[in-house]
Amino acid sequence: MTARLEAVIPWLFIGALLLVWEIVCVAFSIPAFILPRPTLVWAALTAQFAPIMSNSLDTLIRTIAGFALAVVLGGLLGVAIGASRLVYRGLYPVLIGFNSVPKVAVVPVFVIWFGIGAVPAILTAFLVSFFPIAVNVATGLATVEPELLDVLRALGARKRQILIKVGLPRSLPYFFASLKVAITLAFVGTIISETVAGSSGIGYLMMAATANFDTPLVFAGLFVIAALGIVMYALFAAAEHRMTFWAKRGEGLTV
Amino acid sequence: MRPFVDISEVTLAYPDAGAGSILALDGVSLSINKGEFVAVVGPSGCGKSTLLKLVSGLHPPSRGGVIVADREVAGPIKIVGMAFQNPIMLPWRTTLDNVLLPLEIVEPHARNFRGNRQNYVQKALALLAAVGLDGFAERYPWQLSGGMQQRASLCRALIHAPDLLLLDEPFGALDAFTREELWTVLRDLWSAHGFTVILVTHDLTEAVFLANKVHICSKRPGRIIDSRPIELPHPRDKFAPEFVAIVRDLHAGIANVRLS
Repeated sequence: MTARLEAVIPWLFIGALLLVWEIVCVAFSIPAFILPRPTLVWAALTAQFAPIMSNSLDTLIRTIAGFALAVVLGGLLGVAIGASRLVYRGLYPVLIGFNSVPKVAVVPVFVIWFGIGAVPAILTAFLVSFFPIAVNVATGLATVEPELLDVLRALGARKRQILIKVGLPRSLPYFFASLKVAITLAFVGTIISETVAGSSGIGYLMMAATANFDTPLVFAGLFVIAALGIVMYALFAAAEHRMTFWAKRGEGLTV
Repeated sequence: MRPFVDISEVTLAYPDAGAGSILALDGVSLSINKGEFVAVVGPSGCGKSTLLKLVSGLHPPSRGGVIVADREVAGPIKIVGMAFQNPIMLPWRTTLDNVLLPLEIVEPHARNFRGNRQNYVQKALALLAAVGLDGFAERYPWQLSGGMQQRASLCRALIHAPDLLLLDEPFGALDAFTREELWTVLRDLWSAHGFTVILVTHDLTEAVFLANKVHICSKRPGRIIDSRPIELPHPRDKFAPEFVAIVRDLHAGIANVRLS
């Protein structure tokens, strides 16, 4: 019974949310160009299905490209920061400063450098999502128990061996936890860039729709992004479960 | 002939959080012959564990020197196997892979590890069987009880056939029944393989049950204040009057140290 309830409860929640939304819109007769009813959003979604899909695909590809860059470079950076005190001291302040810069402010710079199109979107997605990956991997490495290190050091293991045998596996749970955060952030990055300077993508579509006061289409775009985000998150949650089952053995703090 | 392990006039001071330093060991000398089973007993905080870190090369002494197998210890040495109070298994590896870990690091095994894996696995399984872990090789450490993990930890310390086994209170966290069972396991492994053992413990019965020689360590800064050969034949009975007499005698010695 509980298992079945757990399976359907997300859908129940979404359904209830949409229902309340619909009722509120009708009851207070809110105009569609301010807040469209879910049924109107659905109508916009089906009416403009082909353009929404092709633009979503653009957004998805850019997000994945930027995210992939972030995984590789953020992961390497995290290993460097976590494994070397010198790199940590030197690079950490720079990283934090870098991450504090609002990414929407750098999109115009990218446009000057690379023109309007996919490249600024990919770079923005990368910039937004690499920080949590780097920080998490570094944290995973920095918090390896000293006793664990002693076991390997007593065997005469070199630093590189300790990193491969203990450091990297030990930081895997941190890495996967960060991927779930990073993939949703990557969507944010792509769409910021597309809304500021794009010629395609969901962000661009939404800007164009806003210009035409086609609010239902804007919301259709939001829905598609949300759905993509959930799917990608679930994908990485599943990967996490497979790769780091040893780190998650109990129920946690779930009541 | 030079002893297998020669600790001479070793002093170790840890830097303190303040300006000063904490003297953990003060002029400790110990000689251990090949094949001996030596126990170092003392109150907690007397620098027993520090002594093992010096012998294993994990920590350099402030003064004095340690010679193992005719070589000055300047860093971790590969002829050493070590087991700690906590089993410290890697949770992402199965018990078997945990036991095999030293072979992936210590030469010459590391070089041949891939090619020879089948042989090494056979060896590891035999060792696991010897400590009573038959059939648990594919389990993860967190699926085992504390005592079983400590058995596996012993296997890991022995898999590369070290000449010197360093044990840092390996049975300290176990219940009395498991502890005493592991004493016999260790004793049998020692008589079968003939390695040299330094066992650090605060359990006098454990020391007398296992060791050829018991060294008593003073409270901090640690010094060796008494050494006593134990000549009872194996297997020893911890309830035999001569066994109890030795333990009582050592106990009185330690009590004196604590008072002074």
